[in-house]
Amino acid sequence: MWNETMIRMLLNGLCDTFYMTLVSTFFGYVIGLPLGIALTLTDSGGIMPNKGVYRILDVFINITRSIPFLILLILVMPLTKMIAGKTYGSTATIVPLTLAAAPLIGRMVESSLKEVGHGVIEAALSMGAKTETIVFKVLISEARTSLLVGATIVLGTVLGYSAMAGVIGGGGLGDIAIRFGYYRYETGVMLVTLLLIVAAVQLMQGAGMLAAKILDHRKQA
Amino acid sequence: METTSIEIQHLYKTYSSQNSQVKALRDVSLSIPEHEIFGVIGLSGAGKSTLVRCMNLLERPDSGKVILGGQDLLALNKKQLRLCRQKIGMIFQHFNLLEQLNVLANVCFPLEIRGIPARRRKEKAMDLLQKVGLADKAKAYPSQLSGGQKQRVAIARVLANDPGILLCDEATSALDPETTKTILDLLKTIHNTMGITIVIITHEMAVVRDICTKVAVLDDGAVQECGNVAEVFHAPKSKAARRLLLMGDKEE
Ligand SMILES: Nc1ncnc2c1ncn2[C@@H]1O[C@H](COP(=O)(O)OP(=O)(O)OP(=O)(O)O)[C@@H](O)[C@H]1O
Ligand SMILES: [Mg+2]
Repeated sequence: MWNETMIRMLLNGLCDTFYMTLVSTFFGYVIGLPLGIALTLTDSGGIMPNKGVYRILDVFINITRSIPFLILLILVMPLTKMIAGKTYGSTATIVPLTLAAAPLIGRMVESSLKEVGHGVIEAALSMGAKTETIVFKVLISEARTSLLVGATIVLGTVLGYSAMAGVIGGGGLGDIAIRFGYYRYETGVMLVTLLLIVAAVQLMQGAGMLAAKILDHRKQA
Repeated sequence: METTSIEIQHLYKTYSSQNSQVKALRDVSLSIPEHEIFGVIGLSGAGKSTLVRCMNLLERPDSGKVILGGQDLLALNKKQLRLCRQKIGMIFQHFNLLEQLNVLANVCFPLEIRGIPARRRKEKAMDLLQKVGLADKAKAYPSQLSGGQKQRVAIARVLANDPGILLCDEATSALDPETTKTILDLLKTIHNTMGITIVIITHEMAVVRDICTKVAVLDDGAVQECGNVAEVFHAPKSKAARRLLLMGDKEE
């Protein structure tokens, strides 16, 4: 069974998995980063406190975060079809993956940005900094390590979700694992797929942590 | 801002939480002429930080007026306030440097806020680092500096905008007596060469004695007495001043 076609299929699966994970995480940040910033700014200790806005965002994130991914996958199928033209395959899976990642990312970003001490924010305010300067030059810059660690966690989670999407033919390694391991009882193929998934998570974890470490200047050099 | 005097009129500030109210400032009025080194002394919780934070509106008073160089700060809109704050420097007990930026970038930061081009920023920042004696640390990160060095960086940073007023909230309280002395000397030099108005918030008698010409004694959110340092320390009229004096003597 270990012929060229099989190997090519596994490699394609690996590429598809990376493709889904990276693209969904990217779009997840397009939505989640502003969300996290808005949460940080509007919370009671933030620089633009606004109870109403904070509560709405907070509840919205809590609701979307509590929908199990498999159910979200099915729930948004009409939207997926509208955006991607079909509901199966790796490109289509990016839609539910992005929607699952965005609120998670919003929370991650919020918790990272809130680690930035109030003192530096006040110092920037006392210099007459604009809100956008504080967001980009103080909050995001100072929280970079924590943000990168968060991104690493997000990547791992999204990769896990992408494998779950295999159940409905979502493409990638999860898809292969389910087709061969579950429907055809080819345990060998399934194990190899699993190994590849583990390796992919490890790789991203390692790269993320390394980047976080290199960019951190807080520790004594 | 043409002149750099500070006029505080009938300032009130109350912090309320669910079950308690703290009157942090109760009818505080102060008049600080330009070029003065003015001390505000008081015990912990007296309202010193609240008062100094009202001077650049990091804290908004409930009522009263804050007039800097003839300009009523509470009458300014957001943008005007931002521009005005660029001329009011502030340094802090815990320095509040940007930990992810090196020393040079920290000093450049206020210039960046003002939109000064990168080359001029660097020149000016190096100049200021020279002034505070840290030119050799330009590429170091704050985590690699001692407390005294961090405060020097903070001072260089605050001077980048050529402020007319410098607010110091317990700027030496995290430092040992020796380092405190060098920081105060640096502040004196700055005062002599640039002639800016300096407000020193502290709970230490020694600091006021060393550097201030006038002092206000704050207790329980109100000014207990105010006058020349020598007079207040020689013949304190208020109970609060006598208590502070007693404590200061014990420390020495
Ligand atoms: N943000 C806040 N919320 C609630 N209460 C506050 C707040 N800031 C200050 N207070 C209270 O107001 C009072 C005055 O505080 P402030 O920080 O001005 O004192 P301080 O003289 O600077 O004291 P310290 O020497 O300890 O710094 C204190 O009782 C403090 O608990
Ligand atoms: Mg204080």
